[in-house]
Amino acid sequence: MSAPATQFNQDARRLSADLRHRQTIQTAMGKYEVVRDQRKAAFQDWQAARQMAAETKWEAVNHLDRHLEQFVRNLEARGTKVHWAGTAQQARDLILGILRQKQARVIVKSKAMTSEEIHLNEAMAQAGYEVVESDLGEFIVQLREEPPYHIVFPAMHLTRDEIRDVFQRKLGDAPSNNPEELTMVARRVLREKYLQADVGITGANFAIAETGMLSITENEGNARLTAALPRTMITLVGIEKVLPRLEDLALFLPMLSAMGTGQTLSCYNTLYGGPRQPGETDGPEEYHVVLLDNHRTALLADAEQRDSLHCIRCGACLNVCPIFRNVGGHTYGTTYCGPIGAVITPNLRGLNDWKHLSYASSLCGACTETCPVKIDLHHHLLQNRRNASNLKPSWWQKTAFKAFAPVATRPALWSLVTKLGRLGQKLHGLVKGSRLDPAYAWTKTRDLPPIAQQTFKEWWRTRS
Amino acid sequence: MSERENIIARMREALSVSAPWPGQDHGKGREMPIQSSIADQREVLPAVGESFEEQLTLFRANAAELRADFRLLNDVNALAAELKGLRAAEGWQRVAAHGGDLTGAACRALALPVMLTDQAYDKRGLAACDAGITECDALVAQTGSVLVTNRSAGGRALSVLPPHHVVLARREQLVPDLPAAFALLKAKYGGAYPSMISFVTGPSRTGDIERILVLGAHGPKKLTILCF
Repeated sequence: MSAPATQFNQDARRLSADLRHRQTIQTAMGKYEVVRDQRKAAFQDWQAARQMAAETKWEAVNHLDRHLEQFVRNLEARGTKVHWAGTAQQARDLILGILRQKQARVIVKSKAMTSEEIHLNEAMAQAGYEVVESDLGEFIVQLREEPPYHIVFPAMHLTRDEIRDVFQRKLGDAPSNNPEELTMVARRVLREKYLQADVGITGANFAIAETGMLSITENEGNARLTAALPRTMITLVGIEKVLPRLEDLALFLPMLSAMGTGQTLSCYNTLYGGPRQPGETDGPEEYHVVLLDNHRTALLADAEQRDSLHCIRCGACLNVCPIFRNVGGHTYGTTYCGPIGAVITPNLRGLNDWKHLSYASSLCGACTETCPVKIDLHHHLLQNRRNASNLKPSWWQKTAFKAFAPVATRPALWSLVTKLGRLGQKLHGLVKGSRLDPAYAWTKTRDLPPIAQQTFKEWWRTRS
Repeated sequence: MSERENIIARMREALSVSAPWPGQDHGKGREMPIQSSIADQREVLPAVGESFEEQLTLFRANAAELRADFRLLNDVNALAAELKGLRAAEGWQRVAAHGGDLTGAACRALALPVMLTDQAYDKRGLAACDAGITECDALVAQTGSVLVTNRSAGGRALSVLPPHHVVLARREQLVPDLPAAFALLKAKYGGAYPSMISFVTGPSRTGDIERILVLGAHGPKKLTILCF
């Protein structure tokens, strides 16, 4: 078993039995579900909206070269410096190069999953820069020195007491465990960082080809400040984030808000088209956009799973996934967790090490059904299973199927084996669930459904 | 080859095989993608009434749910009294604004020290102001949003750095929905867009601690919309 698989199994076993963890997640999800459903219901035709969004993304991703070049042309025309990063290493080097050139000291960041993906914070900290996450949830997990738990709600696994404790330990300032007071502590600390910061780094939700703009969705105003106060701004964005037209946002912004957080519209939906323009009095003097490939073109080359590049990172598939809700976000050990993470991680980081994620699913299809851009998530999990077994078949599966095939293809033998099976199951009842049970690995936490007392063929023969 | 050329080449190679059409049964389906029109979007997005009154009612309801303070005034002359009321209620000492017909009138009415963001300004000074007063490009009934740009609303920071954002708007700036707001942006700015365009939907908020709503995470704790 690969090291990530071992870690996944250990953490999954521990967390699925952790009742306090379960309670925290269920409470948070319960609140989310109510508002999400209200927002979906407000749409006149949610299913048609999903289809429209899926088609728009299909157009964007299947003509990505064209849209991306148009995006870059428009962006560069207004003074933005565009950089292309094939790998995570290149992206880190590019950004560190900009920081060196600007002689930066303090860097303020607004939430960006792409920066988690390339481990940017570690690289910047190692190079001696002071890096501060400004999104409250990200700030909290940064103080706790752990990765975000969820792509939209980074600190959803923590209680107010745990957050008070880390504020007390790291900031020496936590008047109580009241969420409002804790938020105001963070506001004070971070406001000062904003005023000191030399460089602001953001991610982006959409890149508009037609007008050369980056669209950022947020609630706190931290991205707005990141893009207003520091003298240099850097946006790190995946190449797949392109939308063809400005007006596509009229559909995508409310859909992202509905599914991400259950809002009609998130508090700030902002478009950035460049650095400070002539006649403007604030905003960064320099704007750098780093376009990140990091194996996205490999996913693009897989026509079967290309639609996983449609993802708008709303987190809705995580929220409905029975596996995610039991094992939690950290167990995945990946930047992107939940169903979308289970689909794309094996493609981005190697099928052999990450194929176990394809089995972190009950194949119930809740993810596919909820996805606002109609990514065929649970079928992609099956395709990854198939690809993994084609790549490196497991010896015991091969042996098991070799034994199964001759039985299943001979009716007389099949009938005999089912009879034996019924008898065997009666005897099995004596040891079921105990350590003597040969099927203990299965039966210690699950039931073994009884084989029917009568097969269809037997019933057919005896029908009156 | 540059990294740009490498990535573009990989994309072209990848796209030489076509992908199944989305949302159909694994590949069966239409040939050509549609481009959704404003009419298509309006069929699926949340409903907005036809008449101005219905749209105004919707905006008011959305603002209330967002905990924004929306006040509909009889005419422009009522602005001064509302602003003086806010000044007294909150003990404003110093406000920030940008040059404009409405903001100019507001500043005269307030008779307080005003910091203007039309020229280079000190960001610590702006953060210390009690309120930022701006105009806007539109109000969006469907979402309860205020549409601002750095050109219409005094730069990037004025509407987000002070603890209270006061928006001055005219009734005729109310648009029904998001498709109309984007159409307005295109018509108004065409090829020369401001470098920042923002839909402000309620005061700044977070739910990052136990999903409990707290206002004023980083941006303004209060959003007041004075509309006449």
